[in-house]
Amino acid sequence: MILDINDLVVSFSMYQKNGFQKGNLEVIHKLSLSVDRGEIVAVVGSSGSGKSILAHAVLNLLPKNASTSGTISYKDELLTEKRLNGILGREIAFIPQSVDYLDPVMKVGKQVIGVFGTRQRQRELFQQYHLPQNTENKYPFQLSGGMARRILISGAMMGDPDLIIADEPTPGLDTAMAMETLKEFRRMADHGAAVLLITHDIDLALNVADRVSVFYAGTIVETAPTQDFLAGKDALRHPYSKAFIDALPQNDFRPISGTQPYAGNLPSGCLFADRCHLRDDSCAGDQKEREVRGGKVRCIHAT
Amino acid sequence: MNQTKKQFWNRKKLIVLLVVISAAYLLTALFWGLFMDPSLYGVHYENKLLSPSASHLFGTDAMGRDMFYRCVKGLSNSLVIGLIASAISSVVALVFGVLSAVFGGWLDRFVKLAVDLCMGLPHLVLLILISCLMGKGAFGVMTAVSLTHWPSLTRIVREEVLSLRQSQYVSASAKMGHSKSWIAFHHMIPHILPSYLIGLILLFPHAIMHEASVTFLGFGLSKETPAIGVILSESMNYITTGKWWMAVFPGIMLLIVVILFDVIGDNLKKLWNPGSGNE
Amino acid sequence: MQLKADHVSFRYNQADQWILKDVSLEFHEGERVGIVGPSGYGKSTLSKILAGYENPSEGRVLLDEAPLPMKGFCPVQMIYQHPELSVNPRWKMKKTLTECWEPPQELLDRIGIETAWFTRWPAELSGGELQRFCIARVLSPETKFLICDEITTMLDVITQAQIWQTLTGIAQERNMGMIVITHNMALAEKVCTRIVDLRTVNHIEPSE
Repeated sequence: MILDINDLVVSFSMYQKNGFQKGNLEVIHKLSLSVDRGEIVAVVGSSGSGKSILAHAVLNLLPKNASTSGTISYKDELLTEKRLNGILGREIAFIPQSVDYLDPVMKVGKQVIGVFGTRQRQRELFQQYHLPQNTENKYPFQLSGGMARRILISGAMMGDPDLIIADEPTPGLDTAMAMETLKEFRRMADHGAAVLLITHDIDLALNVADRVSVFYAGTIVETAPTQDFLAGKDALRHPYSKAFIDALPQNDFRPISGTQPYAGNLPSGCLFADRCHLRDDSCAGDQKEREVRGGKVRCIHAT
Repeated sequence: MNQTKKQFWNRKKLIVLLVVISAAYLLTALFWGLFMDPSLYGVHYENKLLSPSASHLFGTDAMGRDMFYRCVKGLSNSLVIGLIASAISSVVALVFGVLSAVFGGWLDRFVKLAVDLCMGLPHLVLLILISCLMGKGAFGVMTAVSLTHWPSLTRIVREEVLSLRQSQYVSASAKMGHSKSWIAFHHMIPHILPSYLIGLILLFPHAIMHEASVTFLGFGLSKETPAIGVILSESMNYITTGKWWMAVFPGIMLLIVVILFDVIGDNLKKLWNPGSGNE
Repeated sequence: MQLKADHVSFRYNQADQWILKDVSLEFHEGERVGIVGPSGYGKSTLSKILAGYENPSEGRVLLDEAPLPMKGFCPVQMIYQHPELSVNPRWKMKKTLTECWEPPQELLDRIGIETAWFTRWPAELSGGELQRFCIARVLSPETKFLICDEITTMLDVITQAQIWQTLTGIAQERNMGMIVITHNMALAEKVCTRIVDLRTVNHIEPSE
C-alpha cells in the first residue's frame, strides 16, 4: 500500500458557546482508507463535511488546535512529521482546493519549478496544460481562476510523485480541461502512482476512479469498486450509499429525509442511524469496518 | 500527531486576565490623578532634590515637589488628553472612512489624498505646527493630536466598508427591501465595530506619546502643568548633576502606559479574530 | 407575470470582452426554466442581471414591461451558490431567517429547518442547512420569480434532491416562476419545464 489510513480521528479544541471552557469537536471519526500503486481512489462527500481535513491530516497541515489519533502509513511505514518533510513535494504531491495557496509575490513559473524541478519540465507541463509560454513570468493575480488551477496541477506533477492528493482539483476548469486533468491522473496512476481524489462531484469520481469512498458526517461509510456505483443501488452495501444513488438527478432524484448530523452533536454508534430504514438496537454500538462482497462498509446490516 | 491536553489556563482566560490588569492600572492612574489633592504635588522648598525614599517614592525635584504624585497627576493629564484626542480622531476616521467608501468618486480620492498627506509628513512636524497655530497649551496639543491621528483608522474603516459593500448578504439585503441606513446599522456597524475599537485602543499610546513629545519640546502644555513631557524636559537640566530619579521614574511610567495599551489592543485583536481565536 | 431580458449585453468596462451579447429571453409565471451551458458563457452574470444585482451595459430587464423596482422588496429574488457567503456571519440564524418576512412554521417544516438551529451561528451549520435558510428567507408571497444560481452544486446529493423537491412543489402551488442555472443537465431535465442553452442565445465570441 502506498497510503494506508487506519481509524483516523481528528478533533479540534474549541471554545464553547460564550464561555471560557475549551471543548473538543470531533470532525473525523474512525476513518479508514487505503490507496495502492496504480490506483485512483475518490472520496466523495458534500462540501463542508470535512473532506479537506482528511487531506490536511495526511499532509500535517492541520491548525494548531487540532489533535489526531489513529495511524497514517506511507509505503508500509508510519508517516511521521520528519519523514513527511523529506518527501513532501518530491514523492508526495498536493493539489490544494484553493488557489490562495499560490505565493502572490512569486512568478508562477518559479513556483511550479519549486525546489526540485527544472525549467524544461515546467515548460513541458505548461504546454500539456495549454498554458501559454509567457505564463511562467506572470504573477498569480494576473491569471484567471482556471489558469491558476492548472498552475497548481503543474506544480504537483513536477516531481513525478508516487502519491498525489488532489483536493477538489476541477472547479473553475471547463469540461474539456477537467477531463484532461483527470486523464493526467489516470496516466500517472498507470505509471505506478497512487492518487487520492477528494471531490464533491460524484460524476467526476465515477469517470476516473477505480474505487469510490462515500464520506458521510466525518467518516467513510463505504468503499467500493466504481463499477458497483455504476451498476446501481443494488450492487452497493451501505444504506446511505444506496440512498445517495437514488437521489442522483440522473437516477430517481428521490431524497430520504433528514440532514447530516452536526459534528458537535453526533449520535453514538452508527452516524447514519437516525435516517436509516434498517435501524435497530444493534446500530447503537461501535461500527467496525467489514468486508462485504469485495467492498468495505461500516454497517452491521450491510449485505 | 499532536495531543492537546485540557488546561485550565487557556489562552482566552490569560488574555482576559492580562487585559483586566492593564485596564485596572490605567484606570487607577487616570482617576487617582483626576481627584488628587493638589497639595500632594505642591511646592515644599524644605524637601528639595531628595533622592527616592519611603516618604518620597520617586524623590523630589528642585522645588521640593513630590515626583511620585507629580507623575501620577501627569499621567492622568496625558491620559485625559489622549482620550479626548482619540475620541475626536476616531469620529473623524469613522465619518471619513464610511463616506469615502459609500460615496466613492471625488470624495474618495480626496480622503485618500488627505490620508496620504497626513501619513507622508513626519508626525512631529505636523504636530508642532498645529499646536503652535492653536496657541499651544492643552487646547493646542489636543487639537494637534486629534488632527493627526485619524488616517490609519480611516483606512481600516474604509477598507472594511468597501469589502462589506461587495458581500452577497449586503446586496441581498438591499434586494429584500432594506434601506441603506438599515443596512448600515444592522449589517455594517456590527461588522466594523471590533476592528474599529481595536484601532481606537491602539491609537491611545500614539496620542499619549505624541502629547509627551510635543510638550517635551516646549510646544505643548505650559510649564506649570504637571505633565510627563514637562517633567522630562525639566529633569534634563539636572541629569548631569546625578539626579537620575527625576528622569528615570517618569520615563518608566510613560513607557508602561504605552506598552499596556499595546498589550490590550493586540490581545483583543487575537480574541476577536476567529482564525487565531481557538489556537 | 412575465420577466423579460430585452437585448441584454454586458461587459465590465469598455476595454473588456463582452460577457453577454444581445441576449433576449422571456420567462413566465409558473414556468421553471433551466439555463445551461459551459462555463464562460455568462450564466452567473445573466442571473445577476435578471435579479437586478448588475445593470446591463445595453438592453433592459423588464418585469411586466416595467423596469425592476429599485426600492422595496424586489419580486425577483435570487439564491446563490455559496450559502456561507450570503448570510451575515455575525447574525444568529433566526435574524437571518426573518430578515424580510416571518416564514410560517409550516414552510419551515417543509424546507426542513429545525427550530434548534435558530440560536446557532452560521459557522455552526453545514452548507445544506444554511442554504435552507437562504431559501426560506426569500420565499415570501411577494416573490414572483426565483433565480437559483447553482444553488445545490456544493451540497450533497440527498440534500440536493430534498431542496429541489420542496422548491418545485412550492413553485407549482404558488404559480411562481423559477430560473434554474446549472451545469448539470440531468438536474435541469428533472427540475425544469423548459431548458435554454446559453450557447444559442448569447452571441459572443467565446474566449480561449
